[in-house]
Amino acid sequence: MIIDGKKAIWNDYQKEIADDNYFYVRSCVRQNFFPGAETTFLRIMREVLGKNVFEHACHTTCTGIAYHADVLPLETTMTVIARQFSLMKESGYTNLVPSCVTSFGLYTEVLDTWRHFPEVKEKIRQHLFNATGRTFEVPENLAHASDLIFKFKSEILAKAKYRLVDKNTGQPLRVVEHIGCHYSKMFPDKGVGGAEFPRVLSGIAEEWGGEVIDYPERRHCCGFGFRQFLVQANRGYSLSASKKKFESMKPYQPDMIITNCPGCPMFLDRWQYTLNELEGKAYGKNGKGIPVFTFEELAGLVLGYDPWDMGLQMHQIDTEPVLDKMGIEYNPEMKYLGLKGKYIGKPEKATINGIECSTKLG
Amino acid sequence: MGNYYEMLMKDVRFVEGLNSCMNCGICTAICPAAEVYLYDPRVVSNLIQSKDDATIESLLKSETIWYCGQCMSCKTRCPRGNTVGMLIQALRSLSQELGFFTESEKGRQQLYIKRTVGQWILDHGYCLFLKGITTDLHAEQGPVWDWIQENWDDVFDRVGANYQKEGVGILRKIPEEALEEIRSIFEETGGNARFEKIEKFSAQKASEMNLVLDESINNEYVKHIYAETNKNHFYE
Repeated sequence: MIIDGKKAIWNDYQKEIADDNYFYVRSCVRQNFFPGAETTFLRIMREVLGKNVFEHACHTTCTGIAYHADVLPLETTMTVIARQFSLMKESGYTNLVPSCVTSFGLYTEVLDTWRHFPEVKEKIRQHLFNATGRTFEVPENLAHASDLIFKFKSEILAKAKYRLVDKNTGQPLRVVEHIGCHYSKMFPDKGVGGAEFPRVLSGIAEEWGGEVIDYPERRHCCGFGFRQFLVQANRGYSLSASKKKFESMKPYQPDMIITNCPGCPMFLDRWQYTLNELEGKAYGKNGKGIPVFTFEELAGLVLGYDPWDMGLQMHQIDTEPVLDKMGIEYNPEMKYLGLKGKYIGKPEKATINGIECSTKLG
Repeated sequence: MGNYYEMLMKDVRFVEGLNSCMNCGICTAICPAAEVYLYDPRVVSNLIQSKDDATIESLLKSETIWYCGQCMSCKTRCPRGNTVGMLIQALRSLSQELGFFTESEKGRQQLYIKRTVGQWILDHGYCLFLKGITTDLHAEQGPVWDWIQENWDDVFDRVGANYQKEGVGILRKIPEEALEEIRSIFEETGGNARFEKIEKFSAQKASEMNLVLDESINNEYVKHIYAETNKNHFYE
């Protein structure tokens, strides 16, 4: 009853998401760790949904990681962001779509600050002009890439080849959704469903047949912490936060974890490997890890895309248990091949995936 | 002493982040850092509100301000809309401007972040540029990362990247004219000046500590700040 009540409240708490013609800016983290996710997103938007998504070759980082690790002044970050707006303007677009949740949060923060301090916006306008000769206009619509998948979840379902359902039992897969902190914790009204009960991923998972698990540490941070992960001496912070989540979700026996932030899936994937190496712990079924997916990969799976074209071989926790449960057809022999079937070796097997190995962690 | 409260008030994040905190402690209850480190955001907010120069200087030189993970959960829950995470940003910024950051073990780590993430932005246009970053530095990345590093170009080609090539796409080579604009923005807005301060104060500290510091990330001082913990930062 209580869960139904929450859904009723937050289903109505929606944001405006543009229908078409998007200016896409990439994520530093996603490009390095889950590059196939961005490929998959653009493929879905263009080929499945028929939308116009534009990318400018000259766009750069928003500086988000450096900004939140505090090596950059606010004015530098704001002016780099103003330059992104300038590229959007010169390309004839008004709808900005970041791949990264930290970027999305930072764009939102900058726009909010400029609304409260118009003099700061004018100062940044002058900085950008002095440095580059550029002018800019703010976006008319700002949406994270996961917002678009949420908006078009029914259209994707209509073309889906698979559902988030156990092919043998017909039961829904049990899904843990993890929302990146900067999606809506700072500005709840800018995220679908707000900060406490965001719907952006749970809405997608349920639409495609899954059952979303509500567990105690659902809204806890994955533990990136910027400087807390970047510097080795601080990584205990990062690991501890993820461990708290794993311990909390384990009793609910999730089939998968899904994410909208580029960093969270990397931490939730790699820290499961680390905890297994350090403490022998496994949080998934049969002594293995819980497979972790980006929202783009999840959409690609239901649409029947080849898992290795999407880059699922770049995950440390094997994703095959989910593929098998959904009845997805794939060729395991193709998993670690390069383009055109080129043999490039295989990673050493890790214990978390069910096979003994020796590793660098003591 | 230096009228630190007034200096902080020049940072819009400080103005936005502090609205008459009543010290209810809900920020501490939700804070992931408070669960791990000897850290209490409620206390940080309270100390700042004292407006006392000596108190704020002690914060600027402390380990405390470097514990926050910037998740901003404090913003969601504060009944008065305060954001200790933003106060922390203002404190860290001022600590670096004044050279106080090298007085703490955690603050000294800024040099490593500047020389990696900061330099990657200027050199490549990305916050992360991880080809060649191996499991020696990031053991948590596991054997799959070793395989990716050994076969970087092939793995990235397979998933549709455009690694270090012209045009659009994943990890493309960002055109030199775009990088020049970014460098010019850094010069115009104080990014380069911040970097120079981090270098200057770090060099002074390395000298004080009798640790070798050259321009790389492979020297005594950088290895020390990257990996070593000599103080107790944690709850028992």
